[in-house]
Amino acid sequence: MIKTDKVLDAKGLACPMPIVKTKKAVNEIEPGQVLEIQATDKGSTADLKAWADRGGHQYLGTTEEEGVLKHYLRKATSDEEKKETSYPQVINNEELQSKLDANEDIVLLDVREEAEYSFNHIPGAVSIPLGDLENRMGELDKNAEIYVVCRTGSRSDLASQKLTEKGFANITNVVPGMSEWTGTTEKNVK
Amino acid sequence: MAITELTAKEVTKKVINKEDLFILDVRNEGDFNDWKIEGDKVQHLNVPYFDLIDGVEGILDKLPEDKEILVVCAKEGSSVFVAEMLDEAGVDAAYLKGGMKSWSEHLEPVKVGDLKDGGEMYQFVRIGKGCLSYMVVSNGEAAIVDATRMTDVYTGFADELGVKITHVFDTHLHADHISGGRIIAEETGAKYWLPPKDAGEVTFEYNALEDANDVKIGNTTINIHPLYSPGHTIGSTSFVIDEKYLLSGDILFIDSIGRPDLAGLAEDWVGDLRETLYNRYRELSDELVVLPAHFMIMDELNDDGTVAAKLGDLFAENHGLNIEDEEEFRKMVTENLPPQPHAYQEIRETNMGKINPDEEKQREMEIGPNRCAVR
Repeated sequence: MIKTDKVLDAKGLACPMPIVKTKKAVNEIEPGQVLEIQATDKGSTADLKAWADRGGHQYLGTTEEEGVLKHYLRKATSDEEKKETSYPQVINNEELQSKLDANEDIVLLDVREEAEYSFNHIPGAVSIPLGDLENRMGELDKNAEIYVVCRTGSRSDLASQKLTEKGFANITNVVPGMSEWTGTTEKNVK
Repeated sequence: MAITELTAKEVTKKVINKEDLFILDVRNEGDFNDWKIEGDKVQHLNVPYFDLIDGVEGILDKLPEDKEILVVCAKEGSSVFVAEMLDEAGVDAAYLKGGMKSWSEHLEPVKVGDLKDGGEMYQFVRIGKGCLSYMVVSNGEAAIVDATRMTDVYTGFADELGVKITHVFDTHLHADHISGGRIIAEETGAKYWLPPKDAGEVTFEYNALEDANDVKIGNTTINIHPLYSPGHTIGSTSFVIDEKYLLSGDILFIDSIGRPDLAGLAEDWVGDLRETLYNRYRELSDELVVLPAHFMIMDELNDDGTVAAKLGDLFAENHGLNIEDEEEFRKMVTENLPPQPHAYQEIRETNMGKINPDEEKQREMEIGPNRCAVR
């Protein structure tokens, strides 16, 4: 089960209804939140992907269980596209890759939503979505060398600030992050 | 005002008669670019239905006022949805019944000509996918060549003519569409023939279709003469029927030639392909009318809806038959290949009897153009 903010049941509905309903449901969630769409119309995958692209929404992926497709979509957020970040300590994707290649003793913290992480993440990354960070900070070692990654560097910027405020000693933001990651990734869904 | 429904059969007539038709295709751009309804006088506008959910106002000025507008989608639902909105906006529009799914499955039977002693040759034009299949009729009996999976069309047609299907052939193991041959044979008790060199992995019983092993239809004996013609596949076999027609399978088309790579062996089979096209076919009469298993573009259709041309004309005009240099020929058929057909491996396995996908899955596997040729 991937945690999402809203689940839309479009099972048994034929085209165009899965997309008509998705459009409505997306209007009811906040930017950055994740919608799960359950559908049985096979054509819904390609259409949802194309529709999401146009609206700037992130299509995360689809799983299939017993004939039911589950599509995951993250609502567009305008502020994540801004390039500037304010947390000073940053490295770029290539520098992170070298650290991973060298097997350095680091913690890679992925603060994207669980659904984003599930479909595509760097092997070994720990998943704590930004929204849960406050409550789950205790799972992390305050003295570890922690690299924080998200899609564009924006959520990880906020997470880095928050962690440093709470007394974490060695936090670095990875910029830009997964949107331009070319190294190995894995997923934990079928 | 109500919206009107057009069937695939009605749209086929418009395409064959070269009537003006404006198609508003509301599928996503990827699907539209991959495959669409084509015709001489067919114009398109592609706007995905999901861009029209809030209304059609934005596209009204792009629609012609003097042409029939047909809204098309994958399965019908979205085209009805959009046609209704157009209707509310005061624009007359029809939708395609069953969408591209029914377009892909529609078979249009067209009579190609007469055979001796009252025999007849029919071509079944699968206009949406470019597949061609055949029924040879003589004296109460019929043979079918390269049947599609829409088997009811052939058995129904035979019933209408009052003939019994006695032989069913596949010219080769198809990679672009699912064969209906075996099922028709099972249902009618006809013999099912396949070239043994293509049938090494099949899981069912068949009759070995071999070179020069003639089959007769009807008591006045329309002669079906198999001609081993490898190149598209290793077993590919053509037929000379009644010394009048050459059923060329996927070896020779009207405006192109067969591709040798769909069973994974382009380099190995290119020599066979050349031998068939440049030597074996050369020995045949120029007067034979070539009836291929595919067409690629609407220009290949004759005015009466058939796809047929004299062998002599093809030797004069088909580029693939006029490449003197062997090396150049090799290059063309191994390096110049279009993308392989959607799901072609799964289609081959289905035709071998190795997998048995349900109807919806079969439909999905066959979506898109056939891409069996090189030009």
